[in-house]
Amino acid sequence: MATLAVDITHQDATAFVRHTPGGVNELDLIVEGAHCAGCIAKIERGLTEMGAVKSVRLNLSTGRLAVQFEGHDGLAGEIVSKLKSLGYPARPYAPETGDDPRAKEEKRLLRCMAVAGFAMANIMLLSIAVWSGDGEMDETTRTLMHWISGLIALPASAFAGRPFFESAWRALKARSVNMDVPISLAVILAIGLSIYEASTGAEHTYFDASVMLLFFLLIGRFLDERLRARAGQSARQLAAMQASVAHRIDDQGNVQAIPAQDVQPGDHLLVAAGDRVPVDGEVIEGEGSVDAALVTGETQPLELEKGSEVYSGMINLDAPLTIKATAARSDSLLAEITRLVEAGQQSRSSYVRLADKAAQLYVPVVHTLALGTFILWWVMGGEVRPAILNAIAVLIITCPCALGLAVPAVQVVASGRLFKEGVLVKSGDALERLATADHVIFDKTGTLTEGRPRLINADEIGAESIELASKLARTSRHPLSRAIADYTGMGDTADAIDETPGGGIKGHVAGRDIKFGSARWLGLPASPDDGSDNLEAWLVIEGQEPVRFVFADQLREDAVKAVDDLKHRHFQTELLSGDRAGPVRSVAEALDIDKAESGLKPQDKIARIQALIEEGSYPLMVGDGINDAPALSAAHVSISMGSAAEISRSAADLVIQGDNLGVLGTAVDIARASRRRVFENFALAAAYNCIAVPLAVFGFVTPMIAAIAMSASSLLVTGNAMRLMRR
Amino acid sequence: MTAMLWLIPAALALGLLGLGAFFWTMLSGQYDDMKGAAERILMDDDKPIVDDEEDH
Repeated sequence: MATLAVDITHQDATAFVRHTPGGVNELDLIVEGAHCAGCIAKIERGLTEMGAVKSVRLNLSTGRLAVQFEGHDGLAGEIVSKLKSLGYPARPYAPETGDDPRAKEEKRLLRCMAVAGFAMANIMLLSIAVWSGDGEMDETTRTLMHWISGLIALPASAFAGRPFFESAWRALKARSVNMDVPISLAVILAIGLSIYEASTGAEHTYFDASVMLLFFLLIGRFLDERLRARAGQSARQLAAMQASVAHRIDDQGNVQAIPAQDVQPGDHLLVAAGDRVPVDGEVIEGEGSVDAALVTGETQPLELEKGSEVYSGMINLDAPLTIKATAARSDSLLAEITRLVEAGQQSRSSYVRLADKAAQLYVPVVHTLALGTFILWWVMGGEVRPAILNAIAVLIITCPCALGLAVPAVQVVASGRLFKEGVLVKSGDALERLATADHVIFDKTGTLTEGRPRLINADEIGAESIELASKLARTSRHPLSRAIADYTGMGDTADAIDETPGGGIKGHVAGRDIKFGSARWLGLPASPDDGSDNLEAWLVIEGQEPVRFVFADQLREDAVKAVDDLKHRHFQTELLSGDRAGPVRSVAEALDIDKAESGLKPQDKIARIQALIEEGSYPLMVGDGINDAPALSAAHVSISMGSAAEISRSAADLVIQGDNLGVLGTAVDIARASRRRVFENFALAAAYNCIAVPLAVFGFVTPMIAAIAMSASSLLVTGNAMRLMRR
Repeated sequence: MTAMLWLIPAALALGLLGLGAFFWTMLSGQYDDMKGAAERILMDDDKPIVDDEEDH
């Protein structure tokens, strides 16, 4: 289960309670830390002990807990606390509205696969009878067998072949061909021919081969769809885990928790200190500062006052603010970013997948061969029947099954491995694009760095002063206070604490006044700008010299490894950031990145990426902030962190859960290995065809040979794909 | 010959039964939580839940 780097301290579960007719309330939660039978038992029985809870069901695969309870909505909070006390922190989860089309397609393919499998097995039952009775079985019995096979094959292939028929029809209407055209043609012709043969009492029918063809191809399609569906589900789950809550103030001044998507423009919302701003808005009351790192990449907090604009994603730092939600104006930052993201995704969809490239070559060759065979036999023999028979045999034997399985089999195994490493792959072609990437672009804040300040001069200060500062800091949510509180851990706090927004905190410890805050608030002279852009705060203990605390946004531990790994894999490295020149330069030097640019807006990042694409490079973009989202969708392939803003996570092709940058090198290796396997599979399929097609052209292919050839080639291709599991 | 006349339909009927059963399992959501189903058989109904975490 992914752990969120962002601390969502008190997501209000009451906002997510659903009321059903019958007085029963429903609540969905995502639970962390459940991994075995004991956990299931603890959670389900522990909650059932609460009298109000009527039913509890934990889905161990997704971590989702479905609770039904009676009573008032506030019980939701009690349920969350009970879970926490049992040892399983839980967050509310906003389930998807309506049915997901991906999941429906997956289920449909599974149904077609089941029917095709059933038909294949039962027809094979009869075919084997016919093949073993060769020479001994009399004609009537054989014809009976053929008719029963036809009885099974007709409805089964009409049902199970629908995905292919529909896709082929769509392609033909658009005056183009795809892989499904020869497949549909082969199936329809084979069944038509077999019916004719059965009615004339002939020796061979191809019912088994056509249904087997459908079965193997459906396996390939199902795997491909499942890959996308599972990735989509995980991605939505990440998004739902960060489902935001807004606190709406109504006319009487009551505050009510609602899901952020229910906010209407013009609503007055209360944003408490520590909360994320749920929607774009304008400050109407209060002043303080916000952390805009996710939005602009800057590590310095922004000062706000009445009338200032705030954007969704900013974190309110020190004082409660009342904001008025604004409708998404067409020139607002988020609207601009959304437009840029959509433009990027449009150009992305023109990427032609490897499988389709193979199809473009395969389709004309196969059709020509089949036509040639038909003409050859007709001209040479003068009879139509053997000509048609052999032409259809050619169509069946060239076995698109191997091709249809070649790519999905590899991609499923590869993404399974990546999933174990904590990388979520959104689709098969994301892997293909990652394999060809040669130029990596990093964002700075939140990607290469942790995205929040850390205390860096602890040694100079001394444990006693730090402890005194933390007694004050523990009560505040300012990033600098958080940094100190994280450093020292939990503990007690000072007395008579008073926090001034944008200034500092003061309190009383052991009879002495202590103050902790900015130089300006404390009346101290400001430190000269040493160009490092480090944040500072001062601790003033009554009667002593002020102590200086220095903070900086630290590099992630594995950032050095990540950059090194990619350089070893022949990537050009580049850093594009919206932050100021000083921090950008120092990060670039620390990590030995070839090029770095600072102060960039989203449009500038896109411009740079497009310039690279025009030069012929294949840029890989790694980012997390809202300001990275357009670049993520414009790049050849993109990766986002698991803790990234939602729009970035959905714009990226791969998501690194747990923010583990070090896995980048491994991901590229797996992508490149998959590409090799796919080409090997294509080669195997081509080799197989070189042997099988001459056999078919010269009339040596019987249904038995066709069936064996199909199964063998599919097994070969899948077996080769499984090699990816080890390396 | 007469044996085949009822054996083959019998085989097909059994096969259809299997297919129907598969569809039923799909529709009743039995594939939604494979890990959970695997773990639930290990749940012990007789032992009381101990409060402190056992080592796994």
